[in-house]
Amino acid sequence: MIRTEELLLNVGPQHPSTHGVLRLVLKLDGEVITEATPVIGYLHRGTEKLAESLNYTQIIPYTDRMDYVSAMTNNYVLCHAVEKMMGIEVPERAQFLRLIVMEMQRIASHLVWWGTYLLDLGAMSPFLYAFKEREKIVSLFNELCGARLTYNYMRVGGVKWDAPPGWIDKVRDFVPYMEKQLEEYEQLVSGNEIFLARVRGIGKYDAETAIAYGLSGANLRCTGVKWDLRKNEPYCIYDRFEFDVPVGTNGDCYDRYMVRFEEMRQSLRILKQAIEQFPSSGETMGKVPRVIRPPAGETYVRIESPRGEIGCHIVSKGKAEPYRLKFRRPSFNNLQILPKLLVGETMTNLIAIMGGIDFVLGEVDC
Amino acid sequence: MTKWVEQPLSWENVLIYALLSVVFLLLILGYVTYAILFERKVLGWMQWRHGPNRLGPWGIFQTVADVLKLLIKEDTIPHKADRALFILAPALCYAPSFAAIAVIPYTRELYFADLNVAVIYYAALSAISTIAIVLGGWASNNKYSLLGGMRSAAQMISYEVPLILSIVGTVMMTGSMSLRQIADAQGDWFWEWNFLPQIIGFGVFIVAAVSELNRTPFDLPEAESELVAGYHTEYSGFRFAFFMLAEYVYMFAIAGLASVLFLGGWHPPAPFLDFIPGIVWMILKMAFVIFFLFWLRATMPRVRIDQLMGLAWKVLVPLAILNVFVTAVCLELFIKG
Repeated sequence: MIRTEELLLNVGPQHPSTHGVLRLVLKLDGEVITEATPVIGYLHRGTEKLAESLNYTQIIPYTDRMDYVSAMTNNYVLCHAVEKMMGIEVPERAQFLRLIVMEMQRIASHLVWWGTYLLDLGAMSPFLYAFKEREKIVSLFNELCGARLTYNYMRVGGVKWDAPPGWIDKVRDFVPYMEKQLEEYEQLVSGNEIFLARVRGIGKYDAETAIAYGLSGANLRCTGVKWDLRKNEPYCIYDRFEFDVPVGTNGDCYDRYMVRFEEMRQSLRILKQAIEQFPSSGETMGKVPRVIRPPAGETYVRIESPRGEIGCHIVSKGKAEPYRLKFRRPSFNNLQILPKLLVGETMTNLIAIMGGIDFVLGEVDC
Repeated sequence: MTKWVEQPLSWENVLIYALLSVVFLLLILGYVTYAILFERKVLGWMQWRHGPNRLGPWGIFQTVADVLKLLIKEDTIPHKADRALFILAPALCYAPSFAAIAVIPYTRELYFADLNVAVIYYAALSAISTIAIVLGGWASNNKYSLLGGMRSAAQMISYEVPLILSIVGTVMMTGSMSLRQIADAQGDWFWEWNFLPQIIGFGVFIVAAVSELNRTPFDLPEAESELVAGYHTEYSGFRFAFFMLAEYVYMFAIAGLASVLFLGGWHPPAPFLDFIPGIVWMILKMAFVIFFLFWLRATMPRVRIDQLMGLAWKVLVPLAILNVFVTAVCLELFIKG
């Protein structure tokens, strides 16, 4: 009889495919995982506690740094919460600018996911293609607000900067270009036999499990649940545009992939309509008091970030600083299902499953 | 070369042979240097970027600088590693790779050894490198290295079987195991080369060879996204360079084998192109095979370890055996009968 032992393998916090500083303590029987424990907190900065001593405008840069791949939607959720508490009207032009940058951000964020996911699966080129396209979006953001990653673009009551002359035309040109590129990438990757063999039927769960674990975004929609806050609880001006909510059927990594890929197309569809209806002039800031003091009380708003439902809960005592601020971070909730999915899988599937969840560690640890 | 190979052994011959080997070693090192640059350039072009372009025109000194960097790097050996085996592994990986290419003929006259068991010789020597990789993974005393080494052992042993079986058809057609005679037996038109009658064998050979070389889509032993760097995670400096060197020398060997066995060796694709020397054709064919490997790397994701083993044993081995059978039947019915 050969004496065998379980291998305790520490994956991360420095590991090429944990996308940040996630640590996984794995028990391996050969290459099969028998137990997986995620250890988080390596990037914890105490955003929510820090926010208690800052006024609302000062909190916005902190939201940039939560989900740094999708800073625009984070900006929005905070501003949206304060606006809801104070009943501030956001001007039309600012609404459109917000919607356009949020949808561009969704494409950029999904591109990062697409590229890194395929890099995890061993395909090298899609990563560079994705970043090439993302660069176009990031440059447009740079023109708009002077930053490439942490935009600090939105303000309570509107947006900080109006679109520079010609900017909207550049976005208009970007949409058909990106549609063409997506077509090409779909041909390169989505039908690849090796890719399909790696993701089909891997990391499967059903709708009930997804809801029980509090999953949202593509992780929920891949099981067939049609739940997109842009449709179900329209915020901003999403109710004015036509778009579909792509859903999967099997709840495996392949469906998550296809849902995200299709979401990029739908975002382009929204962008196209938004640019057509873009008001040619108007204010970009609403009427906001000089010091933002929401009335005492609490509010919770939620929006659809690229990763799922991002929520902001503010408790105000009528002061310029929040009494308590809480973000519901989709990455944190989505990560919970990881230990359940990993047991019984091999080391190679670990990568496919972990990447498929699409979490950003900045948001998990907040 | 023929005249030296066929002469009786004398001091003069030994000296000439030793000198030629050194020249050849330098040539191979030059090839590796520029194969790496070429790979990076090709990958760069396929990915809409420039590739190395800072050091010298067109980045031609990039690899030289990289090798220099590896040379002057601190040589680290992990505290708990098995020191002797850790040091032995890179050398054990590289030496057989260089010895294996001795049997590859470049033209009818230019070759180093004309063994009558060249195919078996190549298989035997390349198997030693597998041991070195397992050894390196084991001696590092690192879990990722160990997993990488074990995967590598499983993969390379599995793929050696279809690799050798795929060559058998060619050997049967020629009736010789000498690579020189196999190449010589192919004709001057490209349809007279072995890859057409042996199309199944050629396909199996290419797939098995890519796997044997541990390259994308079969680069599991060093799957960087899951196993960090696989078996050479703990290696640094020149020991790491030796593993890399061995990998590129094997690529050279496989390109040479593919050209000689299936692509007509030094024969031109049409007789009227005869005025171009055979060595040029041979180099072109090898370059094409090497380019093909780089191309794959830019395109494919990585297969999973169990799918990889399934492919070897359930698809490639039966196909290769079928190929041997069909070849035997055809030879018996149409050629000899």
